[in-house]
Amino acid sequence: MSAGAASPLLASGAGGAAPATMELDHSWRRHAGRAGGRLVLGVLIPLALALGWELAIRSGLAQGRLLPPPSRILGTLLALAQSGDLRLHVQATLLRVALGFVAGAGAGILVGALTGTLPVARHLLDPSLQALRAVPSLAWVPLFILWLGILETPKVVLIAVGVFFPVYVGVSGAIASVDRKLVEVGRIFRLSRLALARRILLPAVLPGTLVALRTGLGLGFLFVVAAELMGASEGLGYLLVDGQQFGKPDQILAAILAFAGLGKLADGLLVLATRPLLRWQDVSRGVL
Amino acid sequence: MLTIQDLAKTYADGTQALAGLTLSLAPGEIVAVVGGSGCGKTTLLRLVAGLDAATAGLIRLDGATIAGPHPGLGLVFQEPRLLPWLSIAENVGFGLADRPAAERRTRVARALARVGLADHAGRWPRELSGGQQQRVAIARAFVADPRVLLLDEPFSALDAVTREDLHRHLLALWAETRPTIVLVTHDVAEAAALADRVVVMRPHPGRIHRTVAVEAPRSGDAVAHLRTSRVLRALLDESLAPSARRAALAV
Repeated sequence: MSAGAASPLLASGAGGAAPATMELDHSWRRHAGRAGGRLVLGVLIPLALALGWELAIRSGLAQGRLLPPPSRILGTLLALAQSGDLRLHVQATLLRVALGFVAGAGAGILVGALTGTLPVARHLLDPSLQALRAVPSLAWVPLFILWLGILETPKVVLIAVGVFFPVYVGVSGAIASVDRKLVEVGRIFRLSRLALARRILLPAVLPGTLVALRTGLGLGFLFVVAAELMGASEGLGYLLVDGQQFGKPDQILAAILAFAGLGKLADGLLVLATRPLLRWQDVSRGVL
Repeated sequence: MLTIQDLAKTYADGTQALAGLTLSLAPGEIVAVVGGSGCGKTTLLRLVAGLDAATAGLIRLDGATIAGPHPGLGLVFQEPRLLPWLSIAENVGFGLADRPAAERRTRVARALARVGLADHAGRWPRELSGGQQQRVAIARAFVADPRVLLLDEPFSALDAVTREDLHRHLLALWAETRPTIVLVTHDVAEAAALADRVVVMRPHPGRIHRTVAVEAPRSGDAVAHLRTSRVLRALLDESLAPSARRAALAV
């Protein structure tokens, strides 16, 4: 906008500068247009498929017993929302993800920072943790049930384990790859170990840590489904199981839609909340 | 007064980067160090700056032995090495964390004005050109008034015009407090234009080949500087010749 406002001024002052500014203005508009066009292109296929399926069922070409039309799925979602059931299930699922994420991410950051900064801790812990990481997290489920029962604890622990490993690997990797050249700047100015950690290491590992947290959050949603599939009386995962047992594909798809919305929302909130910390970054502007 | 006595550095792999270098610099003196690659120029600066430990020898600043980074010594690296998460002003004030905020502000503002970047104080490093970033790095090194400033080929990545611009900024800052400067460079013209004295080094192992007093230091006398450059170029070729012969024999 500012380029457009400035161009008349420039045009009156120096004729030669005006065309360049005008061009800039156009390219800005072109850019905005392209972004809008990309959005339209991205939703074109799912929208066409949904509309096509809806029409196929309306015109009697298909029955839609196993794959209900979009209108019925949205209707089920709306009914769930109106009865208050959706809120109950979303709350249960979100609470599990939140508890598991906070515990797993907290432990991942702590242990990752420890092994990233202290060689002794790295040699002591990293081999074992890497071995444990090789175990598919779902393999722990029977053991967790034996140890912790079938209520909330095993579910939260499973989610926490699933979140822990990507965060741990991300944080320790980010610390290991801090630019030695920037650390030397800190040494030249005689920073204490603590000041070096606070003023150089911490900001340097922040981007990598936030990427690890996003991966962890995604896995948190993956594992909450697994946890709720193995037995729950509430939660979006319960809606999935219930829909399967009672032959309600519209309810299954409604729950899947809710998962998609929640996951995207949680990820978006995480990015939004951490964006001010990464203003200085030279990358991924407008990509996220 | 900076004195370096019998300074030697042998790396863990047996490479003898520096063998018995002795040099002493008067306060306010600008000494350029030139030499081919592998003659220990950068090693010398890293030892004096306290980033690496010497194998043997002593470094003294005004009589006191120094080991490790010292508040009286500043270093400008080959690359700007600005902290990308700090604004330009915060980068310049990075080493002043223990000073009162008011003093920090005035010092940073003055240093930024000296390198002509006063109106860039609030920007991010990524928004500046390479030459501007290196000016910020020089301001950052000067801002705490070091007695000795070490510069490790700070202009080598820049084009000729930007380089001359930075020479002016460097001399403007130097004129204020007159620190001793050790300037490592591979550019003999740069050495002739900026230094009082030029140390020509020779490789394998790194040591001093010859020391040359610059004719009419910093006078801007182009003819005199050209003469000094020619002398330096000849010495540089001479310093590299024996090792080149040895290398040829080894093959």
